[in-house]
Amino acid sequence: MSPSERQDSNQMTGAAMIVRALVDHGVKSIFGYPGGAVLPIYDEIFQQSDIEHVLVRHEQGAGHAAEGYARSTGKPGVVLVTSGPGATNMVTPLTDALMDSIPLVCITGQVPTHLIGNDAFQECDTVGITRPCTKHNWLVRDIKDLPKVLHEAFYVATSGRPGPVVVDVPKDLQFATGTYTPPRKSDVHASYKPQIKGDAGQIRKAVSLLVNAKRPVIYTGGGIINSGREASKTLRALVEAAGFPITSTLMGLGAYPASGKNWLGMLGMHGTYEANMAMHDCDVMLCIGARFDDRITGRTDAFSPGSKKIHIDIDPSSINKNIRVDVPIIGDAGSVMADLLQAFKAEGKTPKIDPWWFEIGRWRARNSLAYKKNDDVILPQFAIQRLFEATRGCDTYITTEVGQHQMWAAQFFGFEEPHRLMTSGGLGTMGYGLPAALGVQVAHRDSLVIDIAGDASVQMTMQEMSTAVQHDLPVKIFILNNQYMGMVRQWQQLLHGNRLSHSYSEALPDFVKLADAFGCVGLQATKPSDLDGAIREMISVRKPVLFDCRVAALENCFPMIPSGKAHNEMLLPAEANDDAATAAFAGGKALV
Amino acid sequence: MNQPASAYFLEERHDPNETHTLSVLVANEPGVLARVIGLFSGRGYNIESLTVSETESKKHVSRITIVTTGTPMVIQQIKHQLDRMIPVYQVVDMTLTGRSIERELAMVKVKGSGDQRIEAMRLAEVFRARVVDATNESFVFEITGGTSKINQFVDLMRPIGLVEVSRTGVAAIGRGPEGM
Repeated sequence: MSPSERQDSNQMTGAAMIVRALVDHGVKSIFGYPGGAVLPIYDEIFQQSDIEHVLVRHEQGAGHAAEGYARSTGKPGVVLVTSGPGATNMVTPLTDALMDSIPLVCITGQVPTHLIGNDAFQECDTVGITRPCTKHNWLVRDIKDLPKVLHEAFYVATSGRPGPVVVDVPKDLQFATGTYTPPRKSDVHASYKPQIKGDAGQIRKAVSLLVNAKRPVIYTGGGIINSGREASKTLRALVEAAGFPITSTLMGLGAYPASGKNWLGMLGMHGTYEANMAMHDCDVMLCIGARFDDRITGRTDAFSPGSKKIHIDIDPSSINKNIRVDVPIIGDAGSVMADLLQAFKAEGKTPKIDPWWFEIGRWRARNSLAYKKNDDVILPQFAIQRLFEATRGCDTYITTEVGQHQMWAAQFFGFEEPHRLMTSGGLGTMGYGLPAALGVQVAHRDSLVIDIAGDASVQMTMQEMSTAVQHDLPVKIFILNNQYMGMVRQWQQLLHGNRLSHSYSEALPDFVKLADAFGCVGLQATKPSDLDGAIREMISVRKPVLFDCRVAALENCFPMIPSGKAHNEMLLPAEANDDAATAAFAGGKALV
Repeated sequence: MNQPASAYFLEERHDPNETHTLSVLVANEPGVLARVIGLFSGRGYNIESLTVSETESKKHVSRITIVTTGTPMVIQQIKHQLDRMIPVYQVVDMTLTGRSIERELAMVKVKGSGDQRIEAMRLAEVFRARVVDATNESFVFEITGGTSKINQFVDLMRPIGLVEVSRTGVAAIGRGPEGM
């Protein structure tokens, strides 16, 4: 090919540039919904076979599916939606992805340039609306800028602390012809330079704290998952070398295996007693890729009062935001941990912490996740345990909705590997799990993908069952059906005098018939003795399944850190009969 | 502590507030000011004053000067939050460097007759304000200086017959040969 011919082959329409850029960035699948302002792009998609397009039923579904795809693969999730309502329907998934640092590239159509600002049909100020819920966004006004902006969008979404980006492309630019340029380094803002490598001096300070620790704890978060698989390996090597106990946030589960001997379980509001007590009583805390969220810390003025805190984070604004730390290290979790591990080994000194492990053993013995067995009614905790046992040995990915079932999944499902749990941690988006499961299944066609759901959450994005059938995505929707918004009901019981204001779902659909209507398989279990067989059937079916698991209606999620209390004042299940729980939460009636 | 029934920890913070002047170099592109202002409103930070203009047109760089108040922890957050925005090149806390010059310009309209006019002119001279517009019954003064000097001038003009004031907000620059 002569240079002039090559020049010609780079002449194309804006719509073609978008598809070409996706291919150049290795995109295999995208999630979207067509509409007036993206028709030229859909026309290009029709005429190619490199990229698979998954047609959702609502743009929010496309966003969460892309999140599930991204979180289970480590690659960016790509969404294509139209202007106006297409864009506004993406606001929830974009915000969700921003809170949980998930790389998303969302391409939105926009009305033609000359109509912008005219209140045209399906016009909205997409960049204005999405500015606070994206890492960055662009409105492209000139075809010359389009290739550069597309490449920059992928770079910004995936580098540093990952996050969602929006590229808003007016329809006239999709028709306009220009020159496509492949990705180059110079496509990126000179002002954007995320720091990857940690400062050596700070790492030395951290190591000297760690080797002299008597009561250390490692507290990890989603940053390790985002850093990539290598980071989880490094974490495991670090835990092995140091022999320290380790706990994690919801977003970090799986980075260290739940079966590992140093594992304390999840920490925070519904974390284990041993994890929270270790956080409270430790003398050195090593926080890696977590952000001291309010669900983790409890009351901040009583948070781990006697410890020196080391905080590794790629985002400087996460440092000293909620909790003052002693040794901040800015950098990528994987890179900093590798340097830290090397420096730790070079010290040639492993701290003796047997008395600390003995104390932790006493906390573990309290068995804070215990629940009373029941032969007549399925307890939700039991259902998750049976699900976990039945899926051992399968190549399993779990997504969740938001609420009690999400916490029970975190407590009772053992995550052995990173990228295996997709959940809405920061924003707490009910309706996340079903579309996220579709995204996971698109990326892992032969794996077992289960959405652990609640009866209330799942109805928020139920329409996506239709997507599952159309695209042959055999996801399993395992609904812990207690006929309540369980977590809302729990709070009303504990905090608002048991006045169950609008937390009971009257007129629930018959999920088995609903599955039938969608062309899926519907299963139901009502007794503990039904459970194992029904779960086995669910796993063996090669179709999407709605599993209606009827569980105890009024079960509460414990242990729990009550309001205004510190980590060492947890409410344990043994103490958590209704009277004691109500007493522990006694106080005024102020909301949130 | 008397905490109402809530799963959030409701905390009262008593750290004293400080006032800081921040200089922010940004790529001059559409929406960049909206991003900065949106950050302040979205996260509940204060803006006492904000000044923005392109300073290097060839490089498309603008300089934003922000005067803000908050606890030391909040001020640190503001700087980090600004710094991580994609089009932001650099954030410098001019208050921490301790070596900055801060100025603003105000135009002050005063109405009056007879002795009031003479008094206004006399004060303007003391404050080195210039007359940029005059009628038989009014003056517009142009004055530059630090915020407190301008406040003082405006306060003095009030009893004389202050009509209105237009201020630019603070612009700041470091002393000495080095740039940001």
